[in-house]
Amino acid sequence: MSLRHPLARVKGLGASGEGSHHWWGQRLSAVALAPLSIWFVFAVIDHIGDSHDEVIAWVSSPGVAVMLILFVGFMSYHALLGVQVVIEDYVHAESLKLVLVILVKGLALLAGLGGIFAILRVAL
Amino acid sequence: MAAFSLPAGSKIREGRQHRDASSGRLRAVKVYRWDPDSGENPRIDTFEVDMDACGPMVLDALIRIKNHIDSTLTFRRSCREGICGSCAMNIDGVNTLACTRSCEDIKGEIRIYPLPHMSVVKDLVPDLNNFYAQYASIKPWLQTDSAAPDRERLQSEEERARLDGLYECILCASCSTSCPSYWWNSDRYLGPAALLQAYRWIADSRDDATGERLDELDDAFKLYRCHTIMNCTNTCPKSLNPAKAIAEIKKTIVSRK
Repeated sequence: MSLRHPLARVKGLGASGEGSHHWWGQRLSAVALAPLSIWFVFAVIDHIGDSHDEVIAWVSSPGVAVMLILFVGFMSYHALLGVQVVIEDYVHAESLKLVLVILVKGLALLAGLGGIFAILRVAL
Repeated sequence: MAAFSLPAGSKIREGRQHRDASSGRLRAVKVYRWDPDSGENPRIDTFEVDMDACGPMVLDALIRIKNHIDSTLTFRRSCREGICGSCAMNIDGVNTLACTRSCEDIKGEIRIYPLPHMSVVKDLVPDLNNFYAQYASIKPWLQTDSAAPDRERLQSEEERARLDGLYECILCASCSTSCPSYWWNSDRYLGPAALLQAYRWIADSRDDATGERLDELDDAFKLYRCHTIMNCTNTCPKSLNPAKAIAEIKKTIVSRK
């Protein structure tokens, strides 16, 4: 129950000035992921049945390693933005929302850095 | 978390049966009823309405019910010609104006509910205080820094044409209350109606406050809860396109990065 005027409630704490950054990042990463995902799927299909050494050699080639790093990086970033939107849509308790968003950001960072480290480890 | 089932006090029960005294072509009209003073749950009343005795629109049937069958039925209406926006309600599963929705276009019984996911004041009357406050918050008036001219502020034909499809909005709230994002986050998301109006002023060549207006909207909740679901555009009884207006706001904000 609040006796605040509806207009005061709607204005709340004002605009954060942050939404557009998130939205634009999601669009740009989607554009980057469209060709990267198609390349990744076809590349993996192409290497079905290869031996361990052959796959290691493939990942080690500079072009492939860079493409894989881009794919993993954009994928983690895009997934983070998408899951964050879902949490903000449906979780209304401020404290739980904050914890979940930080958790998802941590997981995305872990997945992204872990993936990129693994690719570099194989490639270098 | 978002609630996916109705609270116990909002669960709808079977209501009463009413029958028109005159017996022409009878048609079943099912109406959501809730009286805050009764302490009872909402119910669905069934009215057998004589379609020969009333006009062709759903609003005519509601007025027939109120005048001849049950005077306690509560709903808003004023102009009965689709320009005041008072009689917006959920008819046959779609938010629209009762005065412009023809009974003949509806198959089977006519089901009438208040606008979805709003607090109900009584029967078909939703609480629109938050909705109107959201409209007020976008400052829906001309803001200028330049001195007032001696005559009208002029626009070219092209500048005026940019307002077409925006100025016609009658603020009936059909779009905002059809939007799932608005259902879950109406406390912070402005909703399609207020955002269409925000863009109406952003697009106005005579307004000097475009930058401030965009600043006010650059917020993860106020604007960016729109996920292009398009219910707003599908339901608009004036055939406007709030989803496109919202997309234009997003594009305009990016264009100044």
